[in-house]
Amino acid sequence: MTAVQSRVSPDVLVKIFTTAAKIKMYDETYRATMRAGKIGGMYYSARGQEIIPSSFSAVLEPSDYVLTIYRGIHDQIAKGVPLNTLTAEFFGRATGSCKGKGGPMHVTDVASGLILTTGVVGSGLPIGVGVALSAKMRKSGQVAIVNFGDGASNIGAFHEALNMAALWELPVVFVCQNNQYAEYTKYSLGMSVDQISKRGAAYTMRSIHVDGNDPEAMYEAAKTAVDAARAGEGPTLIEAMTYRFYGHVMGDMMKYMPDDELEAARAADPVLKLRADLIAAGTLTDEQVTQIEAGLRTEIDEAFEYAMSSPLPDASDATTDVYAEGIAL
Amino acid sequence: MTAQSEVIDPEVKSERILTQIQAINEALDIALGLDETVFELGEDIQDPGGGGFGVHKGLSTKYGLDRVRPTPITEQAIMGAAIGAAITGMRPIPEIMLMNFMAVCQDQLINHAAKLRYMSGGQTHVPVTVRTTTGAGGGFGAQHSDMLEGPLVHTPGLKVVIPSTPADAKGLLLTSIFDDDPVVFIEMHHLYFSISGHVPEGDYRIPLGKARLAREGSDVTLISWGRQVHDCMAVADTLAADGINAEVLDLRSLVPLDTEAMLASVAKTRRVVIVHEAVRRNGFGAELAATINEELFGQLAAPVRRVAAANTPVPYSAPLEAAYMPSKADIEATVRGLF
Ligand SMILES: Cc1ncc(C[n+]2csc(CCOP(=O)(O)OP(=O)(O)O)c2C)c(N)n1
Ligand SMILES: [Mg+2]
Repeated sequence: MTAVQSRVSPDVLVKIFTTAAKIKMYDETYRATMRAGKIGGMYYSARGQEIIPSSFSAVLEPSDYVLTIYRGIHDQIAKGVPLNTLTAEFFGRATGSCKGKGGPMHVTDVASGLILTTGVVGSGLPIGVGVALSAKMRKSGQVAIVNFGDGASNIGAFHEALNMAALWELPVVFVCQNNQYAEYTKYSLGMSVDQISKRGAAYTMRSIHVDGNDPEAMYEAAKTAVDAARAGEGPTLIEAMTYRFYGHVMGDMMKYMPDDELEAARAADPVLKLRADLIAAGTLTDEQVTQIEAGLRTEIDEAFEYAMSSPLPDASDATTDVYAEGIAL
Repeated sequence: MTAQSEVIDPEVKSERILTQIQAINEALDIALGLDETVFELGEDIQDPGGGGFGVHKGLSTKYGLDRVRPTPITEQAIMGAAIGAAITGMRPIPEIMLMNFMAVCQDQLINHAAKLRYMSGGQTHVPVTVRTTTGAGGGFGAQHSDMLEGPLVHTPGLKVVIPSTPADAKGLLLTSIFDDDPVVFIEMHHLYFSISGHVPEGDYRIPLGKARLAREGSDVTLISWGRQVHDCMAVADTLAADGINAEVLDLRSLVPLDTEAMLASVAKTRRVVIVHEAVRRNGFGAELAATINEELFGQLAAPVRRVAAANTPVPYSAPLEAAYMPSKADIEATVRGLF
């Protein structure tokens, strides 16, 4: 295990805060829109996990790749998927990133490097290995970040991917966002180790256990891993400890999450904490924070309006994009 | 050319005779030489062995272990890595040692390779050619012999190719590798050494979705692919002696499918027998029979018939395995039953 020292510049922290605030506000807007009955579907809130991808976004280049899962809205926003087309995709509109064919669980936005969102637990890891292999073979200098949950570390694909990435010294960072639950089951009930990061040792992989809600520690971890990948020093497994504030999926009654645990997690809201810390340290004034938030408000409102007013796909588009050319289906 | 080899493909203009395994090796060599983004990955594919059957012989020596990349025994990672590389600009050729082992990585193939173009609205695509080999009749037992093309053709987004001749194997493999969709390329290892044929030199491509008219006839159409095409040809010879003139259509690719050639042939002969090595129930033959009935009902002189394997796992012991396999005798009896 690498001990993580915190020495992060104020500029970086402001960047992390701005991204995290954007994710938080977006999530609040999304849930409010659902509650108002304006949209249906499944929504896997990532509220509480904002700091992890926001820290990565302060480290990554636009050309780097990010892979994520159904609970991926935070990763998608942090990688810079445009909010308009992202929201339109969630709403199933023709103007969505994937023309309404993917939906929330299958967002891809090649232009921003969000190369894959998968709805199958653990399946992104082997694909991330291939993305990193491609970067290495093309000598492009790109790095692949593969996000997944604590539950995913129990599936075979996790282990095959770690072995192959370590064996081939690939520029990939495996980011286990340990939000402490896999659906309705506490993560500790599903594994024989107390820390998922310990599983890296089986593959002699650089492994970091970090508080994913602490922006300084998380930034250092992300930077250590990405720098190593870019320098040709192979993969890293990061276990970033965090918590999900709204359960597994929209509508989850969260009866399996102890009240005091949930309350404590929400009381330590990492986005609000960073906001307060930046003001307390004099890095940002109240007015500056308000200004940042007002800008995000406008951007998010515009995205929801754009999506809501966008057309639904034409039924004739249901049969395109199955194959390269129009072969008989 | 091995001593027992049978020479086929008289229509291909080439003096050169190769086994199917040599033809496949040549296609891989040409593809690796043509395009830097092409690479192979799979178990045991490196020299000196060049794979369990020697398909890759010489290639890792010529192109290096980066591009003819041996992997651990890790089917999910092989398939996943191929997909990840494919959506970011490479043209991987993963090998799944035997078709039954594809069951181990169906998630990657069915949930990802087949669907990424669609789910991304065409932003990414998966130019992967998954090569695998299989086939019953060799005493390999139930877990090393299955023909599993059925579930693959049932998965929109995949293309499925099964060559029967060395010339087709080479030309279809080259087309598959440079195709922008995921192709599962099924090689029946019985054909690796038992069948030789004229194979043109250099790079040539056979389009996917074009059936090969292996034999022209007027009285009945035998539709098949892979190994059983050769059985159909032999049966056609036997029947010809009795004045039954059979047409043999080798589909070559199941997706895309040359429906036009199939319907044209059956409309002409008005009788059809579909022959495949996969088990009968829900095999691709059922789909073909349905299509023929939908399109040609009323024009047929006899019901559509299928000859396929028994609905059991592949048995081990020789007499049991022979009972399982669709045989030439089965094909012949079925054809005779139509008249
Ligand atoms: C292979 C597979 N099995 C089961 C599921 C159903 N499922 C969806 S999310 C989930 C829990 C995953 O938990 P974790 O990996 O911790 O991610 P989190 O949802 O907490 O972000 C399960 C079991 C699935 N999508 N894929
Ligand atoms: Mg979890």
